[in-house]
Order: sequence, then C-alpha cells, then structure tokens
Amino acid sequence: MIALSLKDLDISYGDTQITHKVSLDIAEGESFALVGESGSGKSTVLKAIAGLAPQWTGEIRVLGKARSHGVDRDFSRICQMVFQDPYGSLHPRKTVDATLGEALTIHGIGNRSARVEEVMGSVGLDRKFRFRFPHQLSGGQRQRVAIARALMLKPKILLLDEPTSALDVSVQAEILNLLKRLRREQNLTFLMVTHNLPVVSFLCDRLAVMRQGRIVEVADIDELKRGDLKESYSRELMQISAAHAT
Amino acid sequence: MRPLLEIENLRVTFPTARGDIDVVRGVSFTLGRERLGIVGESGSGKSMTGRSILKLVRAPGHVTADKLAFDGIDLSTRSEKQMRAIRGARISMVMQDPKFSLNPVMTIGEQIAEALLTHKRLPRREVNDRVHSMLESVRISDPERVARLYPHEVSGGMGQRVMIAMMLIPEPDLLIADEPTSALDVSVQAQVLDIIDELVRRKGMGLIFISHDLNLVSSYCDRILVMNTGEVVEECKAGELMKAAHPYTRGLIASIPRLDETRDELPVLDRSAWAKA
Ligand SMILES: Nc1ncnc2c1ncn2[C@@H]1O[C@H](COP(=O)(O)OP(=O)(O)OP(=O)(O)O)[C@@H](O)[C@H]1O
Ligand SMILES: Nc1ncnc2c1ncn2[C@@H]1O[C@H](COP(=O)(O)OP(=O)(O)OP(=O)(O)O)[C@@H](O)[C@H]1O
Ligand SMILES: [Mg+2]
Ligand SMILES: [Mg+2]
Repeated sequence: MIALSLKDLDISYGDTQITHKVSLDIAEGESFALVGESGSGKSTVLKAIAGLAPQWTGEIRVLGKARSHGVDRDFSRICQMVFQDPYGSLHPRKTVDATLGEALTIHGIGNRSARVEEVMGSVGLDRKFRFRFPHQLSGGQRQRVAIARALMLKPKILLLDEPTSALDVSVQAEILNLLKRLRREQNLTFLMVTHNLPVVSFLCDRLAVMRQGRIVEVADIDELKRGDLKESYSRELMQISAAHAT
Repeated sequence: MRPLLEIENLRVTFPTARGDIDVVRGVSFTLGRERLGIVGESGSGKSMTGRSILKLVRAPGHVTADKLAFDGIDLSTRSEKQMRAIRGARISMVMQDPKFSLNPVMTIGEQIAEALLTHKRLPRREVNDRVHSMLESVRISDPERVARLYPHEVSGGMGQRVMIAMMLIPEPDLLIADEPTSALDVSVQAQVLDIIDELVRRKGMGLIFISHDLNLVSSYCDRILVMNTGEVVEECKAGELMKAAHPYTRGLIASIPRLDETRDELPVLDRSAWAKA
C-alpha cells in the first residue's frame, strides 16, 4: 500500500512558485529521504503535506485518501511533522510537560502523565527535564523534545525535517537507532529531509535529490552506498561527503 | 606575538532548585590567528563557552574567569556599553539559533544593511549593492527577492547564511561560529566555509568553530578542543582528531554513520565509562 503519494505538486508562496511538478510514491513502512540544495524547497514539500503551505496544485494522497488544502485534525493523528528549527517550533513559555501533553489533551487521550514519561524515556530525555522551559535546555535537548512531541499521538507517518542536524553525533546515533526501532516496531513510514548522506545511508531505503524546486534524481540506497548516483549534481554532493569522511 | 584570546579557568554557573550547577568548569585555552574547533556532545557547554567571551550569558547564569582577555583587553571588567562597541565590530558570533537571533519584523535586506552601516557610512544605493553582493557570496542566487523576505520566510540554511553574511560584513578580528553550517547541504557549506577561510587568511581573523560534525571540523580547522560536561577533556591537531585517544572522543567518532554504512545499529556513548559522579 502507498502511504504517501505526491503528483505534480507545484507549491507557491504568494507569486513565487517554489516547487515544480514534484511527484513521489512512498510505500507503507518505507523510509524515504529528500536531500538537496539549501533553499530548493525540501521543507516546503513537507509543509504542504502537513497542511502548512496551503497554496499548491497537484495531488497529495495519504494512505489512499486525497488531502484537502487546510489543516485537518484526523490527518494530524496519522501524520506528524518534526520541524527543522527546534528553537522556533517549541513554545518559549511552555514546559516540556505542557508541550508533550498538549496533543493528548486536544485529542482527549487519557493517561497523560504515564505517556509523557514513556515518550521522554524513548527519546533519551531524563525525567528531570520534564518541567523545564525550552531556554533551560541545550540545542540537542530541545530537538529531542520536538521528536517526542511528534510521537505522542502514535502516528503512522512521520515527516522529519532535518531531525538530527542540531544534535551531536552520539545523540544523533541514539535518535537514528530510535527512529529505526520505532519504524520496525510500529511499521512507521518516514519522509525525511536531511543534507547528511551518511544518515540517509543508515536509515533510508530510497532517496530523492532536489535542486531548484525539482526532483533531479530518485535512487535506491544501494546505489548511494556504491557511489552510483547518476546526475552530476547528486554526484557532487556524494563526492564532497566522501571527501570529508576519514 | 600576543594571542588574540586568552581564557583561564572559565566557569559558568546556573542556580537550580538543587543548588548551583557549573555548566562550564574551568576551561582554559588561548587562541591565535587560527581556526579552533570545539566539539563535544550536546549540553557539554560549547555554546556557553562561546557566549561567555561576548558576555552574552543571560541571567541567572553567572560567569567567572581568572583571565578573559581579547587582544590585551580585559573583557571581565568591560561595561555593557563597552562590550557593545566590541561586539560585531571586533568579535562577532554566529548564533546556533539563527532565526531566534534575527529580528522577526525586519526584512533580511534591512538587517544586513544595518550590520553594514554600524561598520561604515555609505550612500543608500551602494548599501543595496553591498547587501546583494553579500547575499550572492553566501550563494543565495536571487538576492533581490530574498532581501525583501522576513526571517520566517527563508529556509533553514538560508537563515544560517544570512547570519554568516551579517557577521562577516564588519570583518571582525574574531569570529565565534556556533554550528554555523549545520543546516547547509555539503556543496553550499563548502563555499560558505571558503568565505570564512578567506578572512582568516587575508585578515588574520581568529575563528572558533563550534560543531557537532567531527569530520568537518577535522578537515577544516587547525586545532580542536573536545568538551565533556563543561570541561576540555582532550586537545589535538585537527588532522589527528580521528586518532584521538580519550574514550569519550573515541565514543563520539564511533557513533558517526558512514556513507557506505552497514551497521544495523550505531554505537552510542557509554557515559558511565568516564563520567565522574
Ligand atoms: N513563508 C514563506 N514565504 C515566502 N517564501 C518562502 C516562505 N517559506 C519558504 N519560502 C521560500 O521557499 C524556498 C524554499 O524554502 P524551503 O524552506 O522549502 O527550502 P529547503 O530546501 O528546506 O532549504 P534548507 O535546506 O535551507 O532548509 C526559499 O527560497 C524560501 O525563501
Ligand atoms: N537557563 C539555564 N538554566 C539551567 N541550565 C541551563 C540553562 N541554560 C543552559 N543550561 C544548561 O547548560 C548546559 C550547557 O549548555 P550549552 O548550550 O553550552 O550546551 P552545548 O554544548 O552548546 O550543547 P548543544 O550541542 O546541544 O548546543 C546544558 O546542560 C544546559 O541544559
Ligand atoms: Mg529546510
Ligand atoms: Mg550549543
């Protein structure tokens, strides 16, 4: 079954068209990466799927059902987004507890306290952080809160926008292991934006490379591991990544 | 030659319900006109160390040091007003949270222009040209459009590049860059780092580069400090980072995924191995 299907997606902000004919099919349980140039429209694609960039034409289907242009509460139980910017996305005057509990309250789900502690544990946040505010947390700790928040409603699909780029490599490893385990246990589907090709290699099955609002290449992970990407732009990204590694 | 920056026994303390905690615990280092990388896990005190140098640690955080000197100036005795004259013009910092640090009600173009004008008086037309060419140099391909956008309308990596452009325009003597390129694709990242490098070489700017990306730091910097729970646990030449000896550093290196990754699970730090009680 196709979890997420995009067809000829053109997304605009005002008069500026950002993406051009973006089409993708992502299978249920698949982990799919969107990589590419900064400013090419990767976050915009996730935002359109999540209902945060309503000015689009084309088609977005989630588990077979066409998505409308607005915010949709049933939809948010199925599909959750982790934002790129952990600073902007957490409310500065809400404690970790309030941030995590909010969605449970909105959707009338009980057992709040136990669920908050369970999810904090699964993202590696010590319980001493539960009543802290965002400014009392380090960058990495905040991002773990953001990931925890997305998991609260036990969604089927996670849209992950650079979920580990603000994290140190050891916490990144913990989060990547966690995402891999969650995906296996709960048959989650991931659409993940990242600029880190080794992360793609660890966590994903396929990837699409974007540049200037267009998908220039879709490849299997084995092609990436073998250094077998076709387009010159994809190859450039791959070669620079390989040169850094030691 | 006198070092650009001298720090001895730097401490940052926060009061908590269970007493004071030191998040930076006796850090000492000197910096010449070189590229110094600081790595270490989240919460190890990297940003607090950087912010201390500019006296930007917010209350109730409290900073003490036996020595905190920049270019012979004792920073610890500078007033807030005197610090404002140093910030930007002589020492600038690219904050880890660019969107948080940009003014949300000013366009990108206005903010870069402001950074430029605190440095130099220029006619309006020339200001616009300089702003556009600065945006182009950080590889923003449509500077006219982007200059008119507000911070919430630019992408994550564009926000970082705008911050870098603003901090480089005054050509400071010391740049503290806190995760400046973490949201950039590797191709744009390489070009942005080249611009910073050019200032290090041409102007002799000192650079403190705080990053989680050990591979990047080891190929880009000259020297590296590894921080753990507020302390420097290891110092090495950048090129030798991957040969580092401390088990904490080795743990960090092991947890980095590879381009041809085959491990099903990545090793994570065993914090009990070296952590003090
Ligand atoms: N609210 C908005 N209003 C106007 N333009 C916007 C808005 N949000 C994003 N854009 C523009 O859309 C383009 C794509 O942005 P997007 O955030 O999708 O890029 P990205 O591929 O995620 O880049 P990065 O890797 O740097 O995060 C950029 O040119 C940006 O300026
Ligand atoms: N207002 C505060 N009250 C209490 N503790 C704080 C406060 N601000 C920061 N801290 C703590 O100080 C420690 C050091 O924070 P710092 O931001 O320097 O970490 P970092 O090394 O930059 O981490 P990251 O890589 O995640 O950015 C963290 O453990 C953080 O929780
Ligand atoms: Mg983005
Ligand atoms: Mg930090």
